[in-house]
Amino acid sequence: MDFLIFKAPMLMVQASLDGILLGILFALIAYGMALQWGVMNIINIAQGDLVILGGYIAYTMYLAGIHPAWGVIVSPIIMYFVGWYLYKLVINKVVDRDLFISILATFGIAIVMQQLMNFIFGADVVVAQSEYGTTMLFDNSVTLPNSKIFSAFISVLYAVGLVIYMKKSRLGRAIRATAQNARAAKILGVDTEKVYAATFGINAALCGVAGALIAITLTLHPYVGLPYTVRSFMIVIVAGLGNLPAVAISGMGLGLFEEFADYILGTEFRIGAVFMLLVFILVYRRFKLSKKREYLK
Amino acid sequence: MNKLVKLFITSISAITLALVSFTSSFAKVEGDYIVLGSAISLTGKYSSNGVHTQNGYNMAVERINKMGGVEVQGKKYKFEIIYYDDESNPKRAAQLAERLIKQDGVHYMLGPYSSGLTKAIAPVTEKYKIPMVEANGASRSLFTKGYKYLFAVLSPANQYLEVAIDLAVEKNGGKGVRIAQAFEQDAFSQDVRLGILDAAKRTGSEIIIDDKLPKELNDMAATLAKVKATKPDVLVVSGHTKGALTAIRQISEMKVDVPMLAMTHCDAAKLSKQHGKKSEYALCASQWHKNLSYKDKFFGSGKKYDRDFKKEFGYAPPYQSAESSAALLVFKDAFERANSFDRDAVRDALKTTEMQTFYGNIKFGPGGQNTAKPMILFQVRCKGDECENKVVAPTKWASDKFYHPIPKWSERS
Repeated sequence: MDFLIFKAPMLMVQASLDGILLGILFALIAYGMALQWGVMNIINIAQGDLVILGGYIAYTMYLAGIHPAWGVIVSPIIMYFVGWYLYKLVINKVVDRDLFISILATFGIAIVMQQLMNFIFGADVVVAQSEYGTTMLFDNSVTLPNSKIFSAFISVLYAVGLVIYMKKSRLGRAIRATAQNARAAKILGVDTEKVYAATFGINAALCGVAGALIAITLTLHPYVGLPYTVRSFMIVIVAGLGNLPAVAISGMGLGLFEEFADYILGTEFRIGAVFMLLVFILVYRRFKLSKKREYLK
Repeated sequence: MNKLVKLFITSISAITLALVSFTSSFAKVEGDYIVLGSAISLTGKYSSNGVHTQNGYNMAVERINKMGGVEVQGKKYKFEIIYYDDESNPKRAAQLAERLIKQDGVHYMLGPYSSGLTKAIAPVTEKYKIPMVEANGASRSLFTKGYKYLFAVLSPANQYLEVAIDLAVEKNGGKGVRIAQAFEQDAFSQDVRLGILDAAKRTGSEIIIDDKLPKELNDMAATLAKVKATKPDVLVVSGHTKGALTAIRQISEMKVDVPMLAMTHCDAAKLSKQHGKKSEYALCASQWHKNLSYKDKFFGSGKKYDRDFKKEFGYAPPYQSAESSAALLVFKDAFERANSFDRDAVRDALKTTEMQTFYGNIKFGPGGQNTAKPMILFQVRCKGDECENKVVAPTKWASDKFYHPIPKWSERS
């Protein structure tokens, strides 16, 4: 196999930009996951399905003749309430239980959501057209769809907005307090039940934004949620909880890694390579931790 | 009292059991009805194509019954189908096939939707020696296993895009071409790939990009960047509806200029509707098109089938429906020639099928695949914002000229 990418430097630029732009979008989904994982200790298997539902909201608007980009405002609002009700309906019953129960519960939610979306929106693969055109660089040898640039920009906007909100607002502080120590927060008068519901709602809203962006950059189908869950899980595992810059870097890094794996190992190993990386990082972390323990002895 | 209740329940269940076994032994032909069974995807990811398949079956059943039914040993019979929803799940499909055969006593089966599900059911029908006519499993591996009770009315997957390569070579003055290809990693698409490899070998063409897309993938940017850099003569993509939609979206966004683009699943993806002008000039493999000149006495021509189907179900029939309807014509023909309900006699009759339907000629090869019908290629052509699929190959049925090469994006409005 000859490595095309090393022969054509422009391909390198193209691959890097593609990887980074997509990585930013994945980082947004991962940030939502990290947030509610950190606060509620729940690994949300339905994360990807929330994303797809958000996408279908934008798609429905597109069908109604509204530009799908407005979905990045409408979709999170609707999804916040979806998340809030999901919390009240299911999640609040598993929030204090062990991780396994919550994985089972969210897995159940994922299946129900998939079937419902299939029932409502049909099993066809759909796309929403943004008609944003293309940016061409270096004499047409590097092309960037404006929809991807738009989606990266919106993702950054939402992520930064959320960070500021978490730092400054009352609810943000309550969420952070609950994440640090739920019991202490409760004693000090934080309504943790409300905080949990809001956190799950915020996560769903972030998924809604990402979904609307996916509707205009990629494709939608009721059953493609899981890859988004897996990707954001990986990003969070690599970055750790509650560390936004790390989530952003890890998201972009994974995007880049995937693109380059495609060129060097072949497209068929693209996703496999990401899994290998995950295994490697988990083993490495364990190794580092065990060293630390020895030192403490 | 308690004892009485127990006795009552036992006797009731005994009677039910006896009834079930009694009816099932006659279930293959009940009164005036020949009962066929089918597991079909009414929910799950294949549900839209599953419904197309079911509509095709139902339309043919109704038509055949209305026009006199099936005549066996001088008596007229009607068709009836027992359906179960396989939830687009191969395991479930195999269970349901077993249930249709063992509990419902079905002796003749119609295929499910998709190669994967047909593959799951075929070993079951083979085990119980149940003849199955299927219309939606094109994977080549179905026809190389030596199945004796499986018959497919459609052309096998490896034939889907071979014609496209021939066409490209023809346009290149008979010289070999440089091919870039991207196929999803599933049974069907990989079979399409094998067909391209054969065609490339036959025509002396060179494959310069050979990407296998993971099933989860919905981003082909890397493959397309490679295509941009290497400038092949033909780009071939097969990855079901998701592949077709992703390819067109990203080719248009990345302004990938390639003289010829050949794909599968364009009509299932409603390509010309979802992507409009961006999909223009794409070349698509299809099993059937309404403009073909095949005829039969039940549905008339393809055009008439198209009209009748629209009237009945409110949408234009995709080829999945047409081939499903054809499956029942094959069964009717086989029953009448066998002049018996003996499974092996019906199977032998199926084996010697040679007929024309509105969908195409049907004659089964040794593996059960249809060898009498070529694949066709259509090209998406647009007038203003209205896009249509025009048949361009093989030349016998071409309604329009094949447009080649595709104009560059910078020249397209």
